[in-house]
Amino acid sequence: MESIRSQKARIRQFKSTDGVITLTSFGDWTIDALRDAAGMLEQFSGTSRNVSIQWDVSDIGSVDSAGMMLFIHYYDVLKSNKCSIKVIGAKIEHKKMYGLLRKYAPGNSGVGPAFSSRFLKPLRNTGKNSVAFVLDMTAFLAFIGENFVNLLYSLLHPRSIRFGAIVKNIEEAGVRAIPIVALTSFLIGVVITYQGAVQLEKFGANIFIVDMIALSVTRELAPLITAIVVAGRTGSSYTAQIGVMKITEEIDAMRTMGFDPHRFLVLPRIIALMIVLTLMIFFADIIGIVAGMFISHVHLHLSYAEFLHRLQTVLEVKHVWIGICKGPFFAWLIAIVGCFRGFQVSKSTDSIGHYTTISVVNAIFLVIACDALFSVLFTELGI
Amino acid sequence: MSKIVITVSDVVTRFGKNVVHDGVSLNVRQGEIYGLLGGSGSGKSTLMKEMIMLLRPQSGEIRVLGQNLLTITRADATMLRRQWGVLFQGGALYSSLTVEENVGIKLKEYTDLPLKLIQDIVRLKINMVGLPEHAADLYPAELSGGMVKRASLARALAMDPKLLFLDEPTSGLDPSGAEAFDNLILKLREVLGLTVLMVTHDLDSIQTVVDRFAVLGEKKVIGEGTLNEVTQNPHPVIKKFFGGKRGLKRSRNGG
Repeated sequence: MESIRSQKARIRQFKSTDGVITLTSFGDWTIDALRDAAGMLEQFSGTSRNVSIQWDVSDIGSVDSAGMMLFIHYYDVLKSNKCSIKVIGAKIEHKKMYGLLRKYAPGNSGVGPAFSSRFLKPLRNTGKNSVAFVLDMTAFLAFIGENFVNLLYSLLHPRSIRFGAIVKNIEEAGVRAIPIVALTSFLIGVVITYQGAVQLEKFGANIFIVDMIALSVTRELAPLITAIVVAGRTGSSYTAQIGVMKITEEIDAMRTMGFDPHRFLVLPRIIALMIVLTLMIFFADIIGIVAGMFISHVHLHLSYAEFLHRLQTVLEVKHVWIGICKGPFFAWLIAIVGCFRGFQVSKSTDSIGHYTTISVVNAIFLVIACDALFSVLFTELGI
Repeated sequence: MSKIVITVSDVVTRFGKNVVHDGVSLNVRQGEIYGLLGGSGSGKSTLMKEMIMLLRPQSGEIRVLGQNLLTITRADATMLRRQWGVLFQGGALYSSLTVEENVGIKLKEYTDLPLKLIQDIVRLKINMVGLPEHAADLYPAELSGGMVKRASLARALAMDPKLLFLDEPTSGLDPSGAEAFDNLILKLREVLGLTVLMVTHDLDSIQTVVDRFAVLGEKKVIGEGTLNEVTQNPHPVIKKFFGGKRGLKRSRNGG
């Protein structure tokens, strides 16, 4: 191939007695052959000031725009060093190319950011991020407000509620999530039983394993673990689905047809998740306790009958209710954050990944923060 | 007669049962701007994808810059890919890179030029395609449709290719923008000695920039040559293509 066969671009320097420096250029000034010439010119232009130069280009073979750019760049640099330059022997086609490229050549910019601006960069970034955070919060509040207006409208006009979409979302977010929720809550039951069993065995207080499992699973672990699984699974898919619809302009199309995206996309998702997460927490309660019962039997030799008998006396129904009541709150947080981030996706491929990540991180954080709030609240209320 | 740069002979392409090409043959000469025309679904983009090794035809032969694409070695394919530039219909700019990084990516990966020179070359190309200076630091998502096209052309031109593939270069541009784009391609051809293959259905482009073109239809090339040669072809598809109301109006005004 020709580009391999091209001759290296070279420059020979010659200083005559009257002080005129002659630069004689050879070879092909093409993109693959420029390296040596570029190095030489960089060095030469750095040391030459106030001299007259004769640049002989008559022996240059083929030239491409990279080669011409190299010439233009150093011609300008030498000019700005107050050198007088005479170019001799340029071929017609080279002149023609020069004529075209000269007017597109970038000016001598080469000045990096000033020291002070580099110094101030952290401050500028802090400022930028703070403003972005405030704007983000404002947008989120506006989104929640818009969502409530639409909810109110839907409640006043129950016929406008999209029951079909709700059912479909229940299937997507709930029914299909049952295996993973079952598996995680089973494992959580196993883990806390093992951890507790070792301690309780020391005191011969094996039977209290039931109290431990029953209270921790129903009040805290089942809701929290289920919500985290759902945030990772469903929250991210909400963001991605809505984000892709934003990129393909489906959301705009819906708006122009008078289909409010809140009513058609957001509310069904929120309502579906609020229903289904609550049910899934109850499901996770059962699985977690069954896992604990199984491990107690294997490890502590506690019979199933004993376990169930003890369970009936220690597990008041209010503990189950407390766990289940958290469901709708967690679900609302996950769904609203997922949808909100979806609407923020802009027209580029990374932004989907970016906002999906943010959505999951936000959702998990909010779920845990909300759970902490509930803990404080219930403790203060003495429930 | 000048050298042949691309030869397509007897290419057959099938997607499952759907036959797209059934014996397509054409030649592109060095230094010419060659158009690939045809209605929607006539397989012109598919043919271009076969020329740039994104798809493989079921049978037939394609030679680009002397290399047979069906038997090419890995090393030769890499060399070949360095020598052409491709402008995709949607721009296909890397959305995580700025315009400047997009244009410079091949220079950075394939050459050992000093960074300063690469930056200058990138700026040169950006100016050449008529993008404003500040566009260099923007991300593709922040550009308008016309700017995406220009940035993508700058990227295709970055390595000074011998061969430029353009997939519908003027679609999505306003008439004056499309004309400026056509003029730009003419000028680049003159200065850089490019050979250009463009898929298009812009009749204005065919009249002003394209030297020769092929019309694809009925799974074959139904006409090849200059505008005059092809319009005299009595084939009904060609008649329909150039005889439609839009075609007539154009040729009356500008022809």
